[in-house]
Amino acid sequence: MFKALLRSLLLAVALGGGLAQANEAAPASADPVLEARMLSITAELRCLVCQNQTIADSHADLAVDLRQQVREMLQKGQSDQQILDYMTARYGDFVLYRPPFKSTTMLLWVGPGVMLVAGLVMLVLILRRRSRMPADRFDPDEPENADGSPANTPEHPAS
Amino acid sequence: MKYARFFIPLFIFFGLVGFLFKGLFLDPKEVPSPLIDKPAPAFALPLLDKPDTSFKRDDMLGKVWLLNVFASWCVACREEHPLLVEFSRQKLLPIYGLNYKDERVDGMKWLARFGNPYDGSLYDRDGRVGIDFGVYGVPESFLIDAKGVIRYKQIGPFTPEAIETKLIPLVQQLQKEAGHV
Repeated sequence: MFKALLRSLLLAVALGGGLAQANEAAPASADPVLEARMLSITAELRCLVCQNQTIADSHADLAVDLRQQVREMLQKGQSDQQILDYMTARYGDFVLYRPPFKSTTMLLWVGPGVMLVAGLVMLVLILRRRSRMPADRFDPDEPENADGSPANTPEHPAS
Repeated sequence: MKYARFFIPLFIFFGLVGFLFKGLFLDPKEVPSPLIDKPAPAFALPLLDKPDTSFKRDDMLGKVWLLNVFASWCVACREEHPLLVEFSRQKLLPIYGLNYKDERVDGMKWLARFGNPYDGSLYDRDGRVGIDFGVYGVPESFLIDAKGVIRYKQIGPFTPEAIETKLIPLVQQLQKEAGHV
């Protein structure tokens, strides 16, 4: 019973996927310029069903629908910005692979830079303090053997 | 005291563990909807069981109501459905279904089989209204207030806790608000 259900489910998924691709292929050939613009816009948009794919790449049903939506909006002569606005109005900034700079995304944008600068400042401070320390604050350098190899290394074959 | 600074990495470590632990309980699939506290998108759709009858957003103005997106092909909906059927018996508010990207016959059969908690079901064959509502994973539910503003969105199936602790108190609050308008 369960097996049969699983099998019919798999079949449905396989058929559904095939249909979705078949539906999608038709308008693609209609106008290569429009299609290229559609792909460049949808490559900037995250597919919310499979979140690490763009809408251009995804085969999810919703992505297929949204590509069609973008095609229609382009046919109506809408600008790229109008289309991006349309998407963010429905799905939020999360849909954009390049989120806008605003108060909620500030940490996202400036965080890495702030951490880099903080790290560099720390490094400079520590190095400057060390350079001012007297030599006896440090461990003495290990005495070396005559051949330049470190002393007291048991692994070193006695020659 | 002299060695206090050697504990700094330990504190940083615990801070990191704290963030990562919190992250275990966050669901990246739950994307906050930008439609919360915005007017519900306008729509006019035929009813699932009466193709000739159209249902508009503004038909529900003045009432607090719930729009539940479902489909016969949606597995999680089946999980949620008994809860909705149960909840609808309380008659707390009108519940409408949005049959999303489904075959009309399948949707009706599904409701006949698992019970119909809806005061009416809207039929969104091509998913356009779903896109306007920012639906990306079925089931989803929208609580809409008397002015037609979306006040709450449940992403994924309702749980008994979500109904008890979030939905019902909010419905009562919104109905009280509507009473004062």
